[in-house]
Amino acid sequence: MKKYLVSTVAAAALLFGAATAMAQDVDPNAKQGGEIVITYKDDVATLDPAIGYDWQNWSMIKSLFDGLMDYKPGTTELVPDLAESYEISPDGTTFTFKLRKGVKFHNGREMTAEDVKYSIDRVVNPTTQSPGQGFFASIKGYEEAAAGKADGLSGITVVDPLTIKFELTRPDATFLHVMAINFSHVVPKEEVEKWGADFGKHPVGTGAFKLGEWTLGQRLVFERNADYWHKGLPHLDKITFEIGQEPIVALLRLQKGEIDVPGDGIPPAKFQEVMNDPEQKARVVEGGQLHTGYVTMNVNIPPFDNVKVRQAVNMAINKDRIVQLINNRAVPANQPLPPSMPGYAKDYKGYPYDPAKAKELLAEAGHADGFTTDLYVMNTDPNPRIAQGIQQDLAAIGIKANIQALAQANVIAAGGEKEGAPMIWSGGMAWIADFPDPSNFYGPILGCGGAVPGGWNWSWYCNEDLDKKAAEADSIVDPAKQEERNKMWSDIYVKIMEDAPWAPVFNEQRFTLKSARMGGDDSLYVDPVHIPINYDNVYVKDVQ
Amino acid sequence: MIAYLGRRIVQSVLILLGISIITFALLYLLPADPVRQIAGRSATPATVESIRRQLGLDQPFLVQYGRYLANLLHGDLGRSYIQRSEVSQLIISRLPATLLLMVGAIVCELLIGLTMGLVAAVRRGSRTDNSLMVASFVGVSAPQFVVGLLLLYVFAVRLSWFPIGGYGTFRHLVLPSLTVGIMGAGWYARMMRSSMVDVLHQDYIRTARAKGLGRLKVLLGHALPNAILPIVAMVGIDIGILMGGIVVVESVFGWPGIGQLVWQAIQRVDIPIIMGVTLVSALAIVLGNLLADLIAPFIDPRIKLR
Repeated sequence: MKKYLVSTVAAAALLFGAATAMAQDVDPNAKQGGEIVITYKDDVATLDPAIGYDWQNWSMIKSLFDGLMDYKPGTTELVPDLAESYEISPDGTTFTFKLRKGVKFHNGREMTAEDVKYSIDRVVNPTTQSPGQGFFASIKGYEEAAAGKADGLSGITVVDPLTIKFELTRPDATFLHVMAINFSHVVPKEEVEKWGADFGKHPVGTGAFKLGEWTLGQRLVFERNADYWHKGLPHLDKITFEIGQEPIVALLRLQKGEIDVPGDGIPPAKFQEVMNDPEQKARVVEGGQLHTGYVTMNVNIPPFDNVKVRQAVNMAINKDRIVQLINNRAVPANQPLPPSMPGYAKDYKGYPYDPAKAKELLAEAGHADGFTTDLYVMNTDPNPRIAQGIQQDLAAIGIKANIQALAQANVIAAGGEKEGAPMIWSGGMAWIADFPDPSNFYGPILGCGGAVPGGWNWSWYCNEDLDKKAAEADSIVDPAKQEERNKMWSDIYVKIMEDAPWAPVFNEQRFTLKSARMGGDDSLYVDPVHIPINYDNVYVKDVQ
Repeated sequence: MIAYLGRRIVQSVLILLGISIITFALLYLLPADPVRQIAGRSATPATVESIRRQLGLDQPFLVQYGRYLANLLHGDLGRSYIQRSEVSQLIISRLPATLLLMVGAIVCELLIGLTMGLVAAVRRGSRTDNSLMVASFVGVSAPQFVVGLLLLYVFAVRLSWFPIGGYGTFRHLVLPSLTVGIMGAGWYARMMRSSMVDVLHQDYIRTARAKGLGRLKVLLGHALPNAILPIVAMVGIDIGILMGGIVVVESVFGWPGIGQLVWQAIQRVDIPIIMGVTLVSALAIVLGNLLADLIAPFIDPRIKLR
């Protein structure tokens, strides 16, 4: 068997003769020690990696647990983490990971391949009720295990205590990303069994930090894991998360030097004020986000079954002005993928803002006098304001869109019905990638698989041809052909834009505000997979 | 007395039962699907159905309600959909903060309200009286989130006398208690004023004055106790009014009580928490009213319990 892939780490080890492999680089200027305070408005839901699936606990879980793979801090580049190296079979259906030796859980026990298998079996087991179950669908034995008919996945084999093998039913180019998401993070069986359903309140992992204290509704304290396998990390001794603080209160406290990072960001009402103050602005880090805000048009509901009407809507929306409405906290979008995502079609120009042409298209579609429709929107600021902006733009070409501002869950419910919502502005519910791979913007939100009752494909667009192309692209596992795969994905999204089931409006930017004492590269404060910041790699400057 | 108590307890249980049915039905009728909330956006339809079955949410309304009630009788309020921990545990961990805030609020409203009412009654018809009554009117009608933010801005941000939100020390307690208390203070000022005016017109006050007692002594020693008693009995009823304000005020001040808990739960459609907090607050209100009625005859013998 030809093993054509050696991990980057192993390659580096060979080239430089390094004795130990390091998954991540440690900043040589970083100072060790000290503590920071981070605030949040909402309670932390759970710290169980099988369950936690909101942006707040996502990166907290990443600091308490590790997976086989991870991303280089501040980037979307995959690197081995608990794995030391991996091999992929030439047909792309077998992944074998060699685990790092001597990695210990916070309870002192050594982590082995059995734990990796247990953790993934647990997520797929239906009694765990994990939102991440479906990510493992390409592993052999998934159907039986997910239905509760088998005890674990037959496709996962523990070869020896430090080697684990995954057999897939199809080549899956996203599999390494799946091994990096929280749902595949490794948990110790004995602790999960000890705490049962409350494991999420008593998390034990292999991560850089361990949970020190959790006072419900008030604070969580993360303490440095002195035995962390990655020498030199984390830099901080302690992180205190204070819960129940409104963003506006958090900002005032930051200004008084009481906290270091307001976890919920800069409150929209104060954004201009902060950005106009040079001292505060200097402490704001801006970065891209794997997010796209879009208007879906339900292809089941006339007149949106006519592609010309959908194209007309694309040309009618003045995206620059909508970006201004939210104080330029975004950049205009012309395609489903955000610019920081591999596979983004840089040369694609999208639909220009051209109300005259849009009116022509409407006339060609037989709606010269326009029509009346409904625009669904989540009812929290700034979404109703954005919807009003879109409403005005649509009115200019004769489309009268009535705004239905509802609670988030109600908009999602309407979108999941076949003829529920003609148009939806995605704000507040928009797709943010689970992992930085172009395929992640397709399946559930633009593919046929998502166009089912209760699905997330709110435009109900289903193009079997593109589904085939998508499957083809995802079967290209060879990293050497990554560019080719990305190109295929670019083409898929450009094709989608020809059919225009969405009007992409903008890609949100992230703005992280930090205290003056926070150190580390800016990219750590807008890390694509750690929101708001990469807890493991940041440090404070005012310690020895 | 025993018969009365028994009857009232039965009534209270029926009220709570009614509240539980209504709340449960309202939450059941929500168009939002809690299972999809739990399953998340990446879940396959098979995952969604499996979770729905395990939580029993595929059952008809009456079966679901029956099971909830059966669990409730065992003291089990269920598990939060989002936090996945016991609702009873979440509520218990936050109850002390809410109770503390309530005590603080009651102390504030009594201190401020009774003093204002007393002064207004003594200076009846004067400019002081008028301005105090206007102030009480403003206190009653001002929205609590506005009062809260205003107090926060002036006393915490500008003057730095108190911390900007949070929980833990006496200094943290002052502003939220004041915010909740101001509304009640307005009511108490008005009640105290009219009660005091009544008492001051009675014969025994004139007698006391006539036998040569000092003005202040008559006021504080003779008039005040009689004027204050019917008002103190109102505190029990207050609990209901305070409960409403606490949801808003706890959110403004980051006070870790059950009001904040339910506010977050509403935003995330976490039905077991909404249900649990509603029942606990209803219980507090029912108990408060019961207490108020039971205390009344001790304070005013003219009231008979039947």
